[in-house]
Amino acid sequence: MKLVTAVIKPHKWEDVREALETFGVTGMTVSEVSGYGRQKGHTEVYRGAEYDIALVPKIRVEIVVDDGDADDVVEIVIKTAQTGKIGDGKVWVSPVDAVVRVRTGDRDVSAL
Amino acid sequence: MDGYYAFMLVATAFVLMMTVPALALFYGGMSRSKSVLNMIMMSFIAAAIVGILYVAVGWSMGWSGNGTFFADPFALVMLNGVETSDYIYVMFQMTFAIITVALISGAIADRVKFSAWVLFIPLWAVLVYFPMAHMVFSCTDDSLICGRIGAQDYAGGTAVHINAGIAALVLAVVIGKRVGWPKDKMRPHNLTLTMLGAGMLWLGWYGFNVGSIVFGSTFEDDPDAFLQQFYSETGRTFANTTLATMAAILGWLVIERLMHGKATSLGAASGIVAGLVAITPAAGAVDIEGALAIGVIAGALCAVAVGWKFKLGLDDSLDVVGVHLVGGIAGTVLIGFFSTSEGAGGVDGLFYGGGTDSLVAQVLGVLVAVGYSGVLTLVIALAIKFTLGWRMDEEDEVGGADLSQHGESAYDLHTGVGGGVKSSVVAGATAAAPNTGART
Repeated sequence: MKLVTAVIKPHKWEDVREALETFGVTGMTVSEVSGYGRQKGHTEVYRGAEYDIALVPKIRVEIVVDDGDADDVVEIVIKTAQTGKIGDGKVWVSPVDAVVRVRTGDRDVSAL
Repeated sequence: MDGYYAFMLVATAFVLMMTVPALALFYGGMSRSKSVLNMIMMSFIAAAIVGILYVAVGWSMGWSGNGTFFADPFALVMLNGVETSDYIYVMFQMTFAIITVALISGAIADRVKFSAWVLFIPLWAVLVYFPMAHMVFSCTDDSLICGRIGAQDYAGGTAVHINAGIAALVLAVVIGKRVGWPKDKMRPHNLTLTMLGAGMLWLGWYGFNVGSIVFGSTFEDDPDAFLQQFYSETGRTFANTTLATMAAILGWLVIERLMHGKATSLGAASGIVAGLVAITPAAGAVDIEGALAIGVIAGALCAVAVGWKFKLGLDDSLDVVGVHLVGGIAGTVLIGFFSTSEGAGGVDGLFYGGGTDSLVAQVLGVLVAVGYSGVLTLVIALAIKFTLGWRMDEEDEVGGADLSQHGESAYDLHTGVGGGVKSSVVAGATAAAPNTGART
């Protein structure tokens, strides 16, 4: 199994979720996160004082999938979250050793 | 007369609303989320302490008779000797004392022990505000600013705004800057609160300015003259208050747009306050053009002035100096240029053919207010610094004034995680009982 982690623009998350559901992904963990990449932050001005805001708000989506689905899921995220402008985010894939469904004790793929 | 009395009941409640909650929200929104409750509490506690003190000695120090600086503090203690039918005028003046003290708190946000602020409030009210109210508002012949110097101050440019502004400057210097300022980001945490507060301040200010009418004759002596003044002067002060504020919003936003590229909501909220501050002393003295001029000048000037603290290294956290001191001085001095003899003061300013007499009186009034308040505030500030001490522990300050001073948090944004009501306060609960899953 693989863990697909995507950090994307907040306004793209609905599109990504719809596309993943259509593909057959049954669940995911979503969190509001902040950070920065090459995009860096932005500047805000309050009463004339400029503030460098280093962190940019993003959505982090985490999905555990069967090995064979990982590339497709990555493709879907890229296709739906892409705007072509700086700050679109990142997707990465990492191996997962085991998954257990807490309710039933089902393991691995049958727990997804 | 009935109409005037009913109007004063409303005006007084409006001015109290300016502190509780308008100013508290205005300041609270600009503070950081970890100290917003403390910021709000600084206004609320000022209302409680100053209000009671005002009845105890404040009214007596202001209105019991003659005096250059103040009148007999004990003649009307606890309003003994004041007719109940006059209580509303006491209450009206009380609300002015309350907001003046509360205004100062914005300069020392996030870092002052609540106990130090509680000690400062009565000292400053009795030694600085109550005398200043006598010097300006009671206007006995020998009162310093109104009687002797003859400066015009309709509703408190000197007594309220310059007074609070210079006190804020002194406290910011004595108490020092917040840990991490100006390197750390200390941007406003909730500008919707600030916008709401600014709007409510504007509303309340009609009580503040329009309610400050002083009659030349009593209704019993000359009903016609009384009513004529009531109608014409309240119309003038209402219109001037409105138009100066509108002009100040535009003045502030234009400066912002030119200097920083964006017209901001905080700029609009600040422009509202700057305009209201500047028109406060001038509300009765000027015509429509004068009000517009004072508003736009004050808005633009204050928009520039709030940047000075960074050059001076002065952590006047919420810009009490840049808005109230600068705006108060602007409004008070500009009366010397724009005053019209048709107004409440009956004096022409420099631009209305009246020469420099008015201007000189206005500048002198400013200097006395700055000098008196500045020196006495410094004495009080140093006295507290070397006894109780002003500052929280650094750890308390960094952790947030809400938690360290009040044991509370303003916002619970993460529900469902951690904690519950301590078992000691829940009837029948046993301490730290493990969850056995049993339904008891």
